[in-house]
Amino acid sequence: MIVLSDFLILGAVIFCMGVAGILFKRKNIINVLMAIELMLLAVNTNFVAFSHYRGDPAGQIFVFFILVVAAAEAAIGLAIVVLLFRNRQTIEVADWKELKG
Amino acid sequence: MNFETIVFYVFAALTVFASLRVITARNPVHAVLFLVLAFISSSGIWILLEAEFLAISLVLVYVGAVMVLFLFVVMMLDINMVRLREGFWRWLPFGAVLAGLMAFEMAWVLSSSKAFAGKAAVKHGADYSNTKELGRLIYTEYVFPFEIAAVILLVAMVAAIALTSRRRKDAKSQVIHEQISVKKADRLRLIKMSPEIHARENVDSTAEVAR
Repeated sequence: MIVLSDFLILGAVIFCMGVAGILFKRKNIINVLMAIELMLLAVNTNFVAFSHYRGDPAGQIFVFFILVVAAAEAAIGLAIVVLLFRNRQTIEVADWKELKG
Repeated sequence: MNFETIVFYVFAALTVFASLRVITARNPVHAVLFLVLAFISSSGIWILLEAEFLAISLVLVYVGAVMVLFLFVVMMLDINMVRLREGFWRWLPFGAVLAGLMAFEMAWVLSSSKAFAGKAAVKHGADYSNTKELGRLIYTEYVFPFEIAAVILLVAMVAAIALTSRRRKDAKSQVIHEQISVKKADRLRLIKMSPEIHARENVDSTAEVAR
């Protein structure tokens, strides 16, 4: 018998892997974007699990909107990456310090 | 151990393995492919949770469009892999400890709390349609957020095109404000001159050319 906490623990594990991925691969911006996708996937799994166990489909609507925003974020983020690579010939995060941030 | 439990553990193990490989893979193309595996196996988990519409749209839309976009960008950029691997081992202990601690804490809280344990899932009958229910909710209660989501996608599309489109150097284009603000004096020159009478000679010279 699988209970709600099993799905939530799975979501927590995937989320922590996303956090670890941002720390491991922080030089390569594409890997950072992929780790963000992993974290969003974990959050979506949590939403779907709560929606199923509470019998309320509103959680799945949330997942729908999160997917929309994640797709938009990926499109714009990759466009920025392509633009920066074209101008700087690198995708290393530390090389982009024109803004002195 | 019933069938659902086996399915859950198989897909959960696949998802965890794939996401572990996403953050440790040496080659970014492999990382993207493992991310695709993670999405597909967690869509199996979503089907187990009776969210069929979202599971299918995760595979069709997300894997089919967004992950392929990732793959395009990773393959298109000519990346110096050796420099990007630097710092991986330096940050590995810190990241592993932090993430392990976070996962352990969350798992501890979730498994010890009574609120999440004993809850039985709401079972629907065979005539229940997940897609129909979601559609009913999206087009009635959540219609304005739905339209905002559509606008967000439009803005993202316009932004992506505007950021990456490259203008040709020899391209010719109109300068609208110069065209509108043009004066009569810029284009037309009126000159004063006395009338000239060369008509006779002109006729003669053309006659010679013809001959």
